[in-house]
Amino acid sequence: MLEIRDLYAAVDGKTILKGITLTVNPGEVHAIMGPNGSGKSTLANILAGREGYRVESGSITWFGRDLTALPPEERAREGIFLAFQYPVEIPGVSNLYFLKAALNARRKHRGEPELDAMDFLALVKGKMADVGMDEAFLYRAVNEGFSGGEKKRNEILQMAVLEPTLAILDETDSGLDIDALKAVAAGVNRLRAPDRSIVLVTHYQRLLDHVVPDQVHVLAQGRIVKSGGRELALELEQRGYGWIEQEVAHEPLL
Amino acid sequence: MSDSVQQVEQLVGQEYRWGFVSPVEADTVPKGLDEDVIRLISAKKQEPDFLLQWRLDAYRHWLGLAEPHWSSAHYAPIDYQDIIYYSAPKTQDRPKSLDEVDPELLRTYDKLGIPLKEQELLAGVAVDAVFDSVSVATTFKAQLKKLGIIFCSFSEAVREHPDLVRQYLGSVVPPGDNFFATLNSAVFSDGSFVYVPKGVRCPMELSTYFRINARATGQFERTLIVADEGATVSYLEGCTAPMRDEHQLHAAVVELVALEGATIKYSTVQNWYPGDKEGKGGIYNFVTKRGDCRGANSKISWTQVETGSAITWKYPSVILRGDNSVGEFYSVALANHFQQADTGTKMVHIGRNTRSTILSKGISAGHGSNAYRGLVKVLKSAHGARNYTQCDSLLMGDRCAAHTFPVIEVKNPAAGVEHEASTSKIGEDQLFYCKQRGIAEEDAVSMIVNGFCKEVFKELPMEFAVEAQKLLQVSLEGAIG
Ligand SMILES: Nc1ncnc2c1ncn2[C@@H]1O[C@H](COP(=O)(O)OP(=O)(O)O)[C@@H](O)[C@H]1O
Ligand SMILES: [Mg+2]
Repeated sequence: MLEIRDLYAAVDGKTILKGITLTVNPGEVHAIMGPNGSGKSTLANILAGREGYRVESGSITWFGRDLTALPPEERAREGIFLAFQYPVEIPGVSNLYFLKAALNARRKHRGEPELDAMDFLALVKGKMADVGMDEAFLYRAVNEGFSGGEKKRNEILQMAVLEPTLAILDETDSGLDIDALKAVAAGVNRLRAPDRSIVLVTHYQRLLDHVVPDQVHVLAQGRIVKSGGRELALELEQRGYGWIEQEVAHEPLL
Repeated sequence: MSDSVQQVEQLVGQEYRWGFVSPVEADTVPKGLDEDVIRLISAKKQEPDFLLQWRLDAYRHWLGLAEPHWSSAHYAPIDYQDIIYYSAPKTQDRPKSLDEVDPELLRTYDKLGIPLKEQELLAGVAVDAVFDSVSVATTFKAQLKKLGIIFCSFSEAVREHPDLVRQYLGSVVPPGDNFFATLNSAVFSDGSFVYVPKGVRCPMELSTYFRINARATGQFERTLIVADEGATVSYLEGCTAPMRDEHQLHAAVVELVALEGATIKYSTVQNWYPGDKEGKGGIYNFVTKRGDCRGANSKISWTQVETGSAITWKYPSVILRGDNSVGEFYSVALANHFQQADTGTKMVHIGRNTRSTILSKGISAGHGSNAYRGLVKVLKSAHGARNYTQCDSLLMGDRCAAHTFPVIEVKNPAAGVEHEASTSKIGEDQLFYCKQRGIAEEDAVSMIVNGFCKEVFKELPMEFAVEAQKLLQVSLEGAIG
């Protein structure tokens, strides 16, 4: 459903992604690993359509359509969800209100009736229980004053409510204690379905102990330099990224 | 949406019930101002002699005053001899139907969910509609009367309750207070009068909302609210729909008097014509609002949402005279396009253990300029006085401006004064976060702005809060992107 072909992309005029090709089929879980600064977040932001991130060449197709032609809110309503590496605070706007607006925007886009307050509350409370979040968070402002772990759980809650077709998690596992990590992993596993796909951007392989990926890709200097099964993640864990970067350095660049 | 339409309809309904239509005078006094004009105004209103003298004294004082230019606002000089100080509502040059009204204005009415009949009134269409709720009006008035509450136009109060008017008029804002208040004292046209007797809690929100004759009283309005010992009243002023108005200068005076143990809550939504996108036209709103916590344990609370007018100068203030009295000021001021808003408050602590809270939220967009100007003054007598001030500014885009001018004068060493201020920009990251969740940009902007204003909105009466949110949304259309 998602096909990225020879993608070059720039952030604020600087080319960061240098020829990425990646196909994600329905039901698959892909892990994208790589050292800091290799372009993982750039790829995530490009897929979500963030301003300032520009495709220079190559293509991204979404169910056969040119994804780059869609504004970010349309992509979201089409079922692309990005769990942010740094979730944003919105003072004065309750989590409940925000989530309901988001879900109803998606439902409206799909021609489904919008949920009223009661139905939405019932739905979201169930999801909160799944994620292990206290209901009090519904009435707090979006991410305001949340701890790092609470913010990440909140991203997973949003994902659970919105039930995306493609979920991209940008280092959602970073900085979490083991309980929070398990909650995130359980949230991802609950989402897994034959018609849904997940892209896990991660630094560490420990998340992959709980969410088993179909494919692992290593990103370095804006390119996918190695792909493999989950054993690749284990190898990375043991050997670090240094050897890969060296391998890349020996390859002629195009 | 339909909820708020219903609410507006309810409010409109209420208003008709209140039936404040003043007798329509047919004639007009010539342009310009002198003592004869003032005598004429007073005579036409059949005022008692004390009031005529009061007006004349104010006028003579005004002649010696200079127009102030201390605020950060810029405007062309006003020719005070080019203003008509007394005129009956014009009927002949009003639009004959909504077809003749500026479509932009109609679009706004639609967005606010204002029913057609009401649109006609607001746009100044010459309708001879008869609002046939006389019996309801009677019920409403009877209910207030039974409690001894007086709620009527200022002119009516002068006729029916001259002693009360004489006792309190000018006792909070003296006729010589400032240039515009003095001018108002000389020439004020009409306004509202409220008196709540001892120990009475007014059972409904008193409102001038959609008042049918507001057009006629607009320019130099005068409001006086007195809450006697232990009384409580909540008063709503204004209208979320932009009113058509041919006067450019508005110089109103509002006086509040709270006696021992009394509480007055005064809420305003102001949305006068701000001028077009290039900054042409628009109303100058130079208003003096002040409350006097005259008795111990009294409380006065100002809440305002200011989105209209080309230039706004407005500093609702509280004089905390009584021991343990409380003053509050909650404000949202929006300046979009070329609007200039200069608002704030003064809290003057005189009594012991007096407390004041100031919460100001300024939003600037387009080329708008927003200034907060505040004075917290603690006199020597005010042992144990406390003030908390918070001023937050939100900027949208990079051509707008926000300024804060907080002044703190503390003469009592034991007083506690706290001031917090913040300036933030609607962030690209906040907008992207919302959009990534499927929320449209305009909805995201209004969500973020309403979140910013939330602490103020929650001080507004429920139905006003809903309207205020919608108003901000409409006022900010196109402010980003
Ligand atoms: N706004 C920006 N302007 C210029 N360079 C940027 C910007 N954002 C990120 N970069 C650069 O792009 C590269 C990739 O960053 P990023 O995608 O965040 O990496 P990762 O998520 O893999 O750590 C880094 O070298 C980073 O410094
Ligand atoms: Mg990153």
